[in-house]
Amino acid sequence: MRITQGCFSFLPDLSDDDILIQIQHCIDNGWAVNLEFTDDPHPRNTYWEMWGLPMFDLSDAKAVLMELHACRKVYDDRYIRLSAFDSSHGWESVRISFIVNRPKTEDGFRLDRTAAHGRVQRYATRAYATDRAEGKRYA
Amino acid sequence: MIADDNIVSNAPATVKLADEFEQSGVGSVIKELDEELIGLAPVKQRIREIAALLLVERVRSKFGLVSRAPTLHMSFTGNPGTGKTTVAMRMAEILHKLGYVRRGHVVSVTRDDLVGQYIGHTAPKTKEVLKKAMGGVLFIDEAYYLYRQENERDYGQEAIEILLQVMENNRDDLVVILAGYADKMDRFFRSNAGFRSRVAHHIDFPDYADSDLVAIGEKMLRSLNYRLSEDARAALVDYVSRRRGQPLFANARSIRNALDRARLRQANRLFAERDRELTLDAITTIEPEDIRQSRVFQRDSHSA
Repeated sequence: MRITQGCFSFLPDLSDDDILIQIQHCIDNGWAVNLEFTDDPHPRNTYWEMWGLPMFDLSDAKAVLMELHACRKVYDDRYIRLSAFDSSHGWESVRISFIVNRPKTEDGFRLDRTAAHGRVQRYATRAYATDRAEGKRYA
Repeated sequence: MIADDNIVSNAPATVKLADEFEQSGVGSVIKELDEELIGLAPVKQRIREIAALLLVERVRSKFGLVSRAPTLHMSFTGNPGTGKTTVAMRMAEILHKLGYVRRGHVVSVTRDDLVGQYIGHTAPKTKEVLKKAMGGVLFIDEAYYLYRQENERDYGQEAIEILLQVMENNRDDLVVILAGYADKMDRFFRSNAGFRSRVAHHIDFPDYADSDLVAIGEKMLRSLNYRLSEDARAALVDYVSRRRGQPLFANARSIRNALDRARLRQANRLFAERDRELTLDAITTIEPEDIRQSRVFQRDSHSA
């Protein structure tokens, strides 16, 4: 099941050239670009691992793409997302975030039903991937 | 980057280089360079050559011909104060106008900005600088300090390796300009064959002639809304020829320092007679005594 979170996730995967244009847009707006990765695709998993530091003071998108390539070299089997943080007063939050790398196969989620008191049903979604240990989930 | 869409069908039958030249706006930059930079004939010549090459490449790509962006990493060698940094700034502008670099900014660094202080510190530091320079020009001043011959475990070597890799792989993302004094640069290139082969353009900055230095001095003053009186100009000419014979002569930089001191003396002189009504002329004019009080003239009377 294809994970859809962040911008552009209903579109076909972005090519490097597409990503480059988006990054340049972020840089031109003065946002700090970050790369994050994870292998837990659950939508409530908000905090992903960071690849390096947030990238301030850049003027060209190619620099971020270089880091993305480096990150892919190591974590090609995980989700990688790119987010841009706007530090200007009143915003001080992430302005854009989109997935730039996915595992080759995405297993999707299982719906767990639990019978609770009375006839109440409790539901939980669980990624099949998280049945396995971290680092081996999409190997 | 030069566009590589091979639309031969849309290609015009003929192309006039003059039009291309006009469009690129590089003409005005080169003209500015000619007017604002005094002397430096061989440097200007080389810049014109590079501009011509890039322009022709641009036209070739319009015809759908193979146009491989040439390697433009450069080394600027010359004595102190011969305008290496100034030209590097201009170079970025020219390359940007010609579409060779995307942003046209200059990141100016020295050894300190590239080399770390402990193991594992150098690579991220160098990469950080390279990332900042992407799409522009990376100007490495006194590049030979990167390589310390006497210490083979010096972290500079690591910075050099990363630099070489990026210079090769990201050829169309950034232009690296190495600058430094000629003799030390020669030694640096001799011991780093990788650099030598990756730097296509070696530009030597000659020393300025005395008349150039006087012209530069006058230009500096003009830009600060000062002017030299007739006698002060003669004093400056005298100063330049004397200063050249003394140690630590740094071409235009020595002139700038001398003029800064002359301004100081002028201000002092004006302040000494503070009750006088000053005219605009008096405030803007440097008089000969402001220059002649310099140590350069005094030393003459004592000993060499």
